[in-house]
Amino acid sequence: MLDAAMVGAVLASVVAAASTLLIASLGELVAERAGTLNLGVEGMMIVGAAVGYATGYSSGSLLLGTLAAVLAGTALSLVFATLAIWLAANQVASGLATTILGLGLAGLIGAPFVGTRLDAAPELQVPGLTDLPLLGEALFGQNAFVYASLALLALVSWGLARTRAGLVIRAVGESHAAAHALGHPVRRIRTLAVMFGGACAGLAGAHLSLAYTPFWASDMTSGRGWIALALVVFSAWKPLWLLAGAYLFGAVSILQLHVQGFGFGIPPQLLSALPYLATVVALVLISALKRGQGAPASLGVPFVPDR
Amino acid sequence: MRKILSLALGLAAGAALAGAGALPASAAEKLKAAWVYVGPVGDFGYSYQHDQGRKAVEKAFGDKVETTFVENVQEGPDAERVIEQLARAGNKLIFTTSFGFMEPTLKVAKRFPNVHFEHATGYKRAANVATYNAKFHEGRYILGQIAAKMSKAGTVGYIASFPIPEVISGIDSFMLGAQSVKPDMKVKIVWVNSWFDPAKEADAAKALIDQGADIIAQHTDSPAAMQAAEQRGVKAFGQSSDMIQFGPKAQLTAIVDDWAPYYVQRVQEQLDGKWSSTDTWDGLKEGVVHMADYTNMPDDVKRMAEETEAAIKSGALHPFKGPVYKQDGTLMVKEGEVMSDKDILSLNWYVKGIDDKVPGQ
Repeated sequence: MLDAAMVGAVLASVVAAASTLLIASLGELVAERAGTLNLGVEGMMIVGAAVGYATGYSSGSLLLGTLAAVLAGTALSLVFATLAIWLAANQVASGLATTILGLGLAGLIGAPFVGTRLDAAPELQVPGLTDLPLLGEALFGQNAFVYASLALLALVSWGLARTRAGLVIRAVGESHAAAHALGHPVRRIRTLAVMFGGACAGLAGAHLSLAYTPFWASDMTSGRGWIALALVVFSAWKPLWLLAGAYLFGAVSILQLHVQGFGFGIPPQLLSALPYLATVVALVLISALKRGQGAPASLGVPFVPDR
Repeated sequence: MRKILSLALGLAAGAALAGAGALPASAAEKLKAAWVYVGPVGDFGYSYQHDQGRKAVEKAFGDKVETTFVENVQEGPDAERVIEQLARAGNKLIFTTSFGFMEPTLKVAKRFPNVHFEHATGYKRAANVATYNAKFHEGRYILGQIAAKMSKAGTVGYIASFPIPEVISGIDSFMLGAQSVKPDMKVKIVWVNSWFDPAKEADAAKALIDQGADIIAQHTDSPAAMQAAEQRGVKAFGQSSDMIQFGPKAQLTAIVDDWAPYYVQRVQEQLDGKWSSTDTWDGLKEGVVHMADYTNMPDDVKRMAEETEAAIKSGALHPFKGPVYKQDGTLMVKEGEVMSDKDILSLNWYVKGIDDKVPGQ
């Protein structure tokens, strides 16, 4: 029933499924570490998917499509940043508004492209390596988005922990008043962090519409933006735990399909809930073991310089 | 998460409706008709096909009818609110197009006795609630036969949405068709618990292919599974829409829904004041269900499919003709008899030869 080829194929599917979540949640993690909770991830992701597909389809270039998706996600994040950071509006309401706006906009942008398709972004083929049993396809047979997710992970974990910019971002997220007193432009830094989140969400959307299921259909993100948001919370705002969370979620969501295919007779409703349950349980355990690793202290609190 | 999402969608729907309600009242004789969809109109599947029907109504009646639709409506309490708002906004004929809208439709219908409702794929009616459905299972019998002829592995992968009678009768009909050609045909069923989640549908297709299925059938709404089959070089059947452009080498055929004639007829009856609560269940013969071109198969398989299609249309062949056995071997339909429409509409068991359990049983 299980052989090496199949395990290899399953692992490859898991890596691919986890990548969308990893990309989007890394962006949101940076925004939140700077103190801004952006619930607009789903909206920015779907706009990225729509604009990425529309551009990719019209121009014939997946690279252009991807760039357009990143720009579109960033543009929508600026709408959020204007409301939540510069006008100090309630972040939850602004984020929800961003998601609603994004879903509507994406439907509008994508409407002319319903029923069309693209060739998926190509997957890497390294002679000798891709054909390795078990991990060959998972590690050396993926598309560029998957490798981008890992590069982003390295960038974010190194950047936050080891660079001056990362230190400033964290300072702004922990105590905006203190950062302000030190002369850091709090709102500008938060805006940049939110823009990074938007760019990542747009990229995650492009992964869906240009590689994973290369067509456009409204609502094709199907709530993945919300899952990315939840992963950030459960990772206790640590990039490496985010990797664990995203891969765990991806693994369980792929494995439950295989378990059904084998016909073990486990209720599929339970199996469908399993990725959520497993991720919640695992990450709650993780954060319980590491005491005192809570949210950035200023998360969700608008900063108004003279108040 | 789902809750927040549905809240967000609900807000969006509410905002859309508020906008619609604020439009200036048009001429008194203009009929306002509304459609409620479970998925996005851009799914290129089930909801898309219903919306094609709505567009046909607009085209047929022009200025006499004003149509509205609300997409992405969650099955359950959310639906009740949406339907009620549509009734309040002055719509006189409201089509609710998914099974899960059944109770909400009936509840709202009680409060608006002067509004006519039409619920698709359900079985409960009232004086102002009609039901309509399509015999998708007729098409699925043909798919089963083609799958049995075309599969080298002898295993077909089946992506299912929710364990409701419409889906279960589809699986049964598919397998009865397959068994009529190849008695030991195997099916692997994966439930994705969603009508529309392209990435998950693609994952399900890949999982089934990895497990050795070389034909993919689906009862979900997006073309993702077809595209996955095309990429992996296996065959597949389209759902609701002709999905040939997503699988030029993969699609064998597709069950295509065509609601336009029904919608045009019902709107006409409403305009004439002749609307009544009816129960319509048409299939291949009436054209509500039709088969996309038979492609990517040898001529003899194509001929068999065409003959079966003709036999179902003429009434010579019924997918649930006896003898039909339940999984445990109980005889459910006797030799020489066919299953009644009522029994098909409430079917909740698998036929013999399916090596799996109906979820929740």
